[in-house]
Amino acid sequence: MTPEPEPKDEVTGLPGLRSWRSVYLFVLVVFGLWIGLLIVLTRMFS
Amino acid sequence: MNALDYAVLLLTILGIAAYGTWRTRGRHTFSTYLKGAGDTRWFVIGLSVMATQASAVTFLSTPGQGFQGGLGFVQFYFGMPIALIIIAAVFLPIYRRLNVITAYEYLGQRFDGKTRLLGAAVFLVQRALGAGLTIYAPAIVLSKVMGWSLSATILCSGIVVVVYTATGGSDAVNVTQKYQISVIFAAMIAAFVILLKNLPAGLTFSDTLSIAGGMHKLEAVNFSTDPGKRYTFWSGTIAATFHMLAYFGTDQSQVQRYISGASLRESRLGLMFNAVFKIPMQFFILSLGVLLFVVYQFEKPPVYFDQVAWQERAARDEGGPLREIETKFSAAHDDEQQQLQTWMKARHAGDRTAESAARSTAALAHDRVEAIRKEARLAVDPRDKRNDTDYVFITFIMDHFPHGMIGLLVAAFFAAALSAKSAELNSLGSATTVDIYRHIIKPTASDAHYLTASRGFTIFWGIVSIAFALCLSFADNLIQAVNIIGALFYPVMLSLFVVGFFLKKIGGTAVFWGGLTAQTLVLVLFFTVPDNRLSFLWYNVIGCVVCILVSAIIQLASGTPSRAAVT
Repeated sequence: MTPEPEPKDEVTGLPGLRSWRSVYLFVLVVFGLWIGLLIVLTRMFS
Repeated sequence: MNALDYAVLLLTILGIAAYGTWRTRGRHTFSTYLKGAGDTRWFVIGLSVMATQASAVTFLSTPGQGFQGGLGFVQFYFGMPIALIIIAAVFLPIYRRLNVITAYEYLGQRFDGKTRLLGAAVFLVQRALGAGLTIYAPAIVLSKVMGWSLSATILCSGIVVVVYTATGGSDAVNVTQKYQISVIFAAMIAAFVILLKNLPAGLTFSDTLSIAGGMHKLEAVNFSTDPGKRYTFWSGTIAATFHMLAYFGTDQSQVQRYISGASLRESRLGLMFNAVFKIPMQFFILSLGVLLFVVYQFEKPPVYFDQVAWQERAARDEGGPLREIETKFSAAHDDEQQQLQTWMKARHAGDRTAESAARSTAALAHDRVEAIRKEARLAVDPRDKRNDTDYVFITFIMDHFPHGMIGLLVAAFFAAALSAKSAELNSLGSATTVDIYRHIIKPTASDAHYLTASRGFTIFWGIVSIAFALCLSFADNLIQAVNIIGALFYPVMLSLFVVGFFLKKIGGTAVFWGGLTAQTLVLVLFFTVPDNRLSFLWYNVIGCVVCILVSAIIQLASGTPSRAAVT
């Protein structure tokens, strides 16, 4: 088990999401949207 | 099933297994056998992580959950995006920096040998139990419905997966999972289309949603704070986050999937792919169950979906009481159908008052139908432990799907079983070789020797899980059983890693005893507190917190400096 050198691939390679922090934020926003949609569905049809 | 269905089933399953074996032939050293060639791209990692989690139980049992309990089960996955972000940001860089083959190697570096062994042992026990269930669950349902021998179904599917996993290792698992999950997606989309086609003429999509909502099947989010309720917003976002952290971050069957990425970027993107798409995927599968529910409001289903168990029970009693239940059910279902038609007429006429009244009457009629279904369940099993919801989806497939499509759907169930099973065997073989055999029994041997040992251990665990599956007799809802087994052991696995990553002053001995204390407490809770008072998901939080507290107290009391060599 040899420790590897620090990774050089910190670049996300995603258009508009250049840092990993912004990728995580994007995922959280999508998650929030999903929860919001599910709450709307629950409220509309219950 | 006819000859066409069998041809589709065999070609799909054996074709993918053979392709996986052929694609990965002759490219194995010990490291590539366990971790892959290190060239896996994010999309394959994403699909592989998804396929490992989504076993056949997901596709057989989840639509049944949707049919019976509605969309509420989707809340179980609310913790997943949060957990995957934590893993991508904290766990993964450490695993990659240390170039570990198993997650438990990290415990050995950070703490000591006994903590590494504790982590590996807890993993081996829970995953071996899970592996038995992974192969048993689809076999019990499919063998009953198809009239196959249960033992033959377990043996055939078990042998196929052992052969290609032992031959091709981690690479074969990744390659086959990519195609297996594609077959599953295609089959689920086809099922959705066929379900829509089976809705009665004149019923719009909006009507369908109204009926499902009126019968409480669209309650996707529940903010109840009752800890006895299994799936709520709170248990999903808090307790399930711990569960998902443990499963994706410390369970070798998942860790092995994403550490094989070509780079940290590829591994992270594979995890983020799941963080974004898993909730919609589960929502879609549960929606199949909700659609199925609406279809069966207009078409008479069996009163008890496990028809083999029903007929066996009827044969014992010469059918008397059961025939009576069937007659009552038939009348109640006819009544419910009439009430639904009245409701829809009022809805289409735009008469709000009449619609509201008709909706209430239809809901009452539905409650009567449900009461008779419960009577049927009690007639089959007076302890009410047996559940027929796992048979709902497969019953519909057998009754409504065209030939060829039946074969594709059954192939999808087997593909899901094999994809999850192969990842489990691969990880069991790896952990046994690296954390037990190489760590304790034979520390200095050649790579070729360890490669042979890995193959041997993979076959060993395959045989153990097949034998376990052959001895199992299970009646609860299958997908819940799989998750409950995880929740019994994940708290300890997770807490060892959480202490390792975040509490640098706690050493190996303290966390070892903290872990054992937490494991004992979780088992005591499971056997003494009924599930309707404390949902199993909360074991994850309780076990993890107890382990951390006990470890901290022991460390404070002993006062010895921690090792904290690797952080």
